[in-house]
Amino acid sequence: MTSSPSSALSLRNLHKHFDAGRPGLLRRDDRLVHAVDGVDLDLGRGEILALVGESGCGKSTLALTLLGLERPTSGEMYFEGTDVARLRGAALKDMHKRIQMVFQDPYESLNPMMTIEEIVEEPLIVHRSFPTSDQRRARVIQALEDAGLKPADSFLDRLPHQLSGGQRQRVVIAASLVLDPTILLADEPVSMLDVSIRAEILNLLADLRARQGISILFITHDFGTVAHFADRIAVMYLGRIVEIGRTEEVLRAPRHPYTKALLSVVPVPNPRLRQKRTILQGETPNPIDLPTGCRFHPRCPIAEDRCRLTDPPAVTLSPSHSAACLLIENDK
Amino acid sequence: MKSLRLIASRLVWAIFTILFVMTLNFVIFRVLPGDPARGGLRDPRLTREAIEAIRVRFGLEKPVINCVQSLNPWEPGPCAVNPFDTQFFIYLRNLAQGELGISYHTNRPVAEMMSQMIWNTILLIGLGQILAIILGMGLGILAAWKARTRLDFGALLFSLLAWSLPTFWLGIILLFWGSNQLGLPIGGRLTPGVDFPNTAAMLKDLGRHLVLPTLTYTIVFLGEYMLIMRSTLIDVLSEDFILTAKAKGLHTFQILKDHALRNAMLPMVTLIAINLGFTVAGAIQIESVFSWPGLGGAVFDAVGQRDYPMLQGAFLLLAVTVILANLAADLVYSWLDPRVRTD
Repeated sequence: MTSSPSSALSLRNLHKHFDAGRPGLLRRDDRLVHAVDGVDLDLGRGEILALVGESGCGKSTLALTLLGLERPTSGEMYFEGTDVARLRGAALKDMHKRIQMVFQDPYESLNPMMTIEEIVEEPLIVHRSFPTSDQRRARVIQALEDAGLKPADSFLDRLPHQLSGGQRQRVVIAASLVLDPTILLADEPVSMLDVSIRAEILNLLADLRARQGISILFITHDFGTVAHFADRIAVMYLGRIVEIGRTEEVLRAPRHPYTKALLSVVPVPNPRLRQKRTILQGETPNPIDLPTGCRFHPRCPIAEDRCRLTDPPAVTLSPSHSAACLLIENDK
Repeated sequence: MKSLRLIASRLVWAIFTILFVMTLNFVIFRVLPGDPARGGLRDPRLTREAIEAIRVRFGLEKPVINCVQSLNPWEPGPCAVNPFDTQFFIYLRNLAQGELGISYHTNRPVAEMMSQMIWNTILLIGLGQILAIILGMGLGILAAWKARTRLDFGALLFSLLAWSLPTFWLGIILLFWGSNQLGLPIGGRLTPGVDFPNTAAMLKDLGRHLVLPTLTYTIVFLGEYMLIMRSTLIDVLSEDFILTAKAKGLHTFQILKDHALRNAMLPMVTLIAINLGFTVAGAIQIESVFSWPGLGGAVFDAVGQRDYPMLQGAFLLLAVTVILANLAADLVYSWLDPRVRTD
């Protein structure tokens, strides 16, 4: 399989395994943690794709792998048609320039000792994007304004602790924008913020996509925040995408039992519309010893015997919608 | 402007603390029993006049501060004492003139004795501290960067061992080993009775005497620096902004230098300030073991000889060093940490 040229980013059967635990004094642990275990994903140009899943499902590891902070164990990563795994040196560095990250916690992800200007300017220095400090300063001011911090001059000499949570997250976004990335990875960018500020940051991200055509991979565990915002939704469970489709397809007609269970517990403000909730039993299985067959079967409310034996392939439901469940044909 | 005010307020506090310590230091040695005159009373060979002469020599015939009935110097009450002719006022006046009294034991001015010894202490402790800071921090950074590897484990074991060794014990062991195996001198500052042809030869002899005490001091303090550096750096390296820095594309070395160390230095500054403050105290054991003619050894001797003026002078110096070291730490903090400057 190759990547479609219209994609900003394509993943083909991507794996990332870690050693289970550090080697002990007396024995070595040879087992592996299957953090990302065969992910196929396409991120279109200028698209907002929401990656949804419980904590521990591998979404953050996936983001770190895309950033180049972790090397994939196997599989292919195409960035605008070129295989990233083969890139080395300057080409790799250039690729990293094009994919930037917005981290989850704006209280922790800013160095408390550095001024806002130093924080936002640093990527420019690292990648030697602008030779003179005047040019860099102009770019920093531009990025701060793009991130909605106006007037930008008044923020340059401030320190992170002098800003509010929302302002800090805007600084984080500005620092990811200075290099003109084509892809933004946003790892739960609003989960640490007050509810009143969340919408502002989400609007800012949507605005950036509209104005600058940036593709956004939006990692979250909250269906509520993505509903109005994402073009497509991918649901991840234990290191693999179990269902992917257009936002309205996934939200209105979920096909995978895991997606259904997640959606059934999203709070609905209208008490008359309250639906029957499917509470999943048990915990996410240990990613060291994956279940045989379908990885969801130990917790699946409708699992049958064959689910224990066969790892389900993705079933295409519409050109844009697919889900990996053996029982899909049956419930048609 | 703000930082100027900060410095000024810290300075004022330091001065107040020193004044308080000066008073307390005076009280302690007047409350303690025993003075040379009273010791002489037991000696039948001393005449009454001789004892009185001793009391006059050390200023002990004057009232301590005022009569007991009234401590108000402006209204002395029934027993009229000139407040400017009391031991306390004379003590303060002497301090202002840089005088610390006369040693009961050697009969020489304490200030003069201490001014000779303090340079020896500064030489030994300064060298030991600098070595301990450089080696300890270096080892701590290395261990934190290679955390949970064999190198880290080895460095940790070594530091814990070095930290828990009793100073005097390590000193004695090194003394045995160094003098036997390496032929290093067993104590003192310079080989006695040698006429040095030139400065270079003298410095070489001084250096040979310095090796063992400096080594002891370095090992004892290195462990603490290493452990604190390692644990704070590991803490900082697990912060999210380090991940951010990695994502920005910074090299390992840049992350360590620009992001991690600047944050991890704050506890180190506190530790260095505290240790510098206890320079004299820390040297007592080492200077005694190696017969190094410094302040620490002198304090140890003075305790045995009940040489109160000497102890009083040493305590004052000790307290002032602690206060100044803390003042320096405050100032370094505001230079290192922009948050202190602006708040």
